[in-house]
Amino acid sequence: MNVLVYLVPLALLLGLTGLVAFLWSLHTRQFDDLEGAGWRAISDDDIEPRT
Amino acid sequence: MAAPLPTGSQRDLSLFVRPGEAGGDAMDLAVGGIKCAGCMAAIEKGLGQEPGIVSARVNLASKRLTVEWRAGMLTPDRIIERLDELGFRAHPFSPRKLDSEEAIEERKLLRCLGVAAFGAMNIMLLSVSVWSGNFSDITPETRDFFHWLSALIALPTAAYAGRPFYESALKALRVGAVNMDVPITLGVVLALGISVVETWQHAEHAYFDSAVMLLFFLLIGRYLDQSVRRRTRDVASNLAALRADTATRIAPDGSIVEVPVEAIDPGDLVLASPGQRIAVDGLVDGGESEVDQSLITGETRHVAVAKGANVYAGTLNLTGQIRIRVTKAEHGTLLAEIERLLTGAVEGRAKYVRLADRAARLYAPVVHTTAALTFIGWMLAGLAWKPSLLIAITVLIITCPCALALAIPAVQVVATQALFRRSVLLHAPDALERLADVDTVVFDKTGTLTLPQPVLVNGSGLDPGIVTAAGRLAEASRHPLAQAVAEAAGKPAPAAGAREVAGAGIEAEIGGIPARLGSLAFCDAGVEGSRLAALYPDASFIAYRQGETVAVFAVEQVLREDAKATVAALRAAGLRLLILSGDRSEAVMRAADTLGIADRTGDLKPADKIARLEALAAEGRKVLMVGDGLNDAPSLAAAHVSLSPVTAVHLAQAAADGVFLGDALKPVSDSVRTARIARKVMAQNLWLAAVYNLIAVPLAIAGFVTPLIAALAMSGSSILVTLNALSARR
Repeated sequence: MNVLVYLVPLALLLGLTGLVAFLWSLHTRQFDDLEGAGWRAISDDDIEPRT
Repeated sequence: MAAPLPTGSQRDLSLFVRPGEAGGDAMDLAVGGIKCAGCMAAIEKGLGQEPGIVSARVNLASKRLTVEWRAGMLTPDRIIERLDELGFRAHPFSPRKLDSEEAIEERKLLRCLGVAAFGAMNIMLLSVSVWSGNFSDITPETRDFFHWLSALIALPTAAYAGRPFYESALKALRVGAVNMDVPITLGVVLALGISVVETWQHAEHAYFDSAVMLLFFLLIGRYLDQSVRRRTRDVASNLAALRADTATRIAPDGSIVEVPVEAIDPGDLVLASPGQRIAVDGLVDGGESEVDQSLITGETRHVAVAKGANVYAGTLNLTGQIRIRVTKAEHGTLLAEIERLLTGAVEGRAKYVRLADRAARLYAPVVHTTAALTFIGWMLAGLAWKPSLLIAITVLIITCPCALALAIPAVQVVATQALFRRSVLLHAPDALERLADVDTVVFDKTGTLTLPQPVLVNGSGLDPGIVTAAGRLAEASRHPLAQAVAEAAGKPAPAAGAREVAGAGIEAEIGGIPARLGSLAFCDAGVEGSRLAALYPDASFIAYRQGETVAVFAVEQVLREDAKATVAALRAAGLRLLILSGDRSEAVMRAADTLGIADRTGDLKPADKIARLEALAAEGRKVLMVGDGLNDAPSLAAAHVSLSPVTAVHLAQAAADGVFLGDALKPVSDSVRTARIARKVMAQNLWLAAVYNLIAVPLAIAGFVTPLIAALAMSGSSILVTLNALSARR
């Protein structure tokens, strides 16, 4: 059962990291335009045309 | 007609400019015509090439654009022009309108939802270990450790993520009412409290998972509800902004600037050109003209105005240029009368008790009494007070209205979205439920049953060549009658060298022969005109003459194309139909006869309309009012529920519970139908929740419910009602 001593805090830490990442993305307004964000990912406007 | 809009006038949009994030000037715009990611890229790239632009970012979900530019390098006007070149119509938002309360509330709910999700996942991780351990070899120490850890996560999570419920419950209790959030709050607090006590005493069971999971499920429902509502409102306010209501202000020094209506103050002097919509209420200070007041009074005949006459925002200036002194609504004017009626109507509207609150009123006392009786029963049966209390509290936890609280919002979300796709935007949160009650529909005529723009009605009997020639002249004018001719001619190229003759019409040479388009007298077509007047009693006439060729065009407001079908659908749904209009009785009769509506009245003043609505309400009728005019605004507010077309005046749209888009009338019958289906599904869901409680409560009273069963029952019933809600999509 000693393994719990590492694993439980580790699991919590992972969860907390996820939560913090979510709150950060919310704070930086990444959730304001869910529709547009999906399309931006596949837009290739930022790629230099091959010559 | 008088001189066209003075040249050299410019638009002043500085009201909309705010400081940007990168230190430049920024502006937020509603953009019309954004459909896909391609439009998004086109706008961002197109604006990016403009020198001076720092950033341009489109929000595809809300169809809005945020632009920032280096101060002084560009004018806001240039940006709108550039968007126009790209093929998009845009108009800025004033910054205060942008971050609506809804958007803030939505972000708050999303934050709470994130926290609750984190808490629920981690506590579940621990709970599942405890549950499976209870069947095998978990040591009491390990279990206690897991329970304490759960408490450590659950207490802060519930304190943070439960705030939307606690706040609303407190607000209800303070005014002595009960809403659904009261039993939710009580359930969460009790579950957490009992779990801490149990953990303290090294018990086998704790309900941390139930409490946090309850919050998680309910927050999903709340968030979806909020986000649908915000989306609807975003679209509605985009439409409002795109109407781009501007006024031409005459500054004291005589210079002329076009400014947004928001920047106009009482006392300002405003210029209205022929063919322009008057954007303000005021007194005519100079000039003479005719005004189309159909949006205000429902009257389709034009009214002559001169110095000292009242004009209203939303009316159309027809023949001459006038100067208007902007006034506030003063006593005795039509506007003041309407505002007075509107205030009365809003106050008089019976407070509607929503289905969820009615369910809560019924539910809360029943559940709380059951819990109390359970406690007393077990005490009488000889159990010690502590285990009796524990069982009583599990009754409260298991009945905690997870399914009940989701039953209605889930349907609401699905139905609102279905209506959204059918171009109905409901902005009142309880509009859907009120729509389902409706048994009577009252229509306004002008602009509601009829299309807002008049159209040419005798086109089939005319030589197409003449129509086209007249259309070329008509293109040079902004007069609505001329516009109708131009529309019928298929918008041909304007005739070169066309000039307007004040108050009469347009002259130009076509093929070297002088041609005229204008009033009957101007074209010397009185005989033709009186012949047509007998055929089209409601029409206005505009004539065309070229040499000996004469044609008279009858222009009239026609019924919306699907008005007949919609009226039939509404009648088939068992609704009583009425027309209450401010237009002349004869015109109302003819429209009503075409539609087969027997109950019709014309020549009504706003107060008369309200009186009729009150009489209907006194008969116990639930009225859906559909109207667009300023004269309808008080009745829209007074009716049980109301809709207005998107072309309606601002005040009417604000008073209505919803807006429908497009030229069709079908959205009216669609919304009644969808609302009725939604109401049925809501009732089904409430029954599902009741059945769940009927099964779960006896188990809880008997003391068989463990946290595992509570968790399964709660999530199972929540998923069931949510899935059932999807059937409201039809």
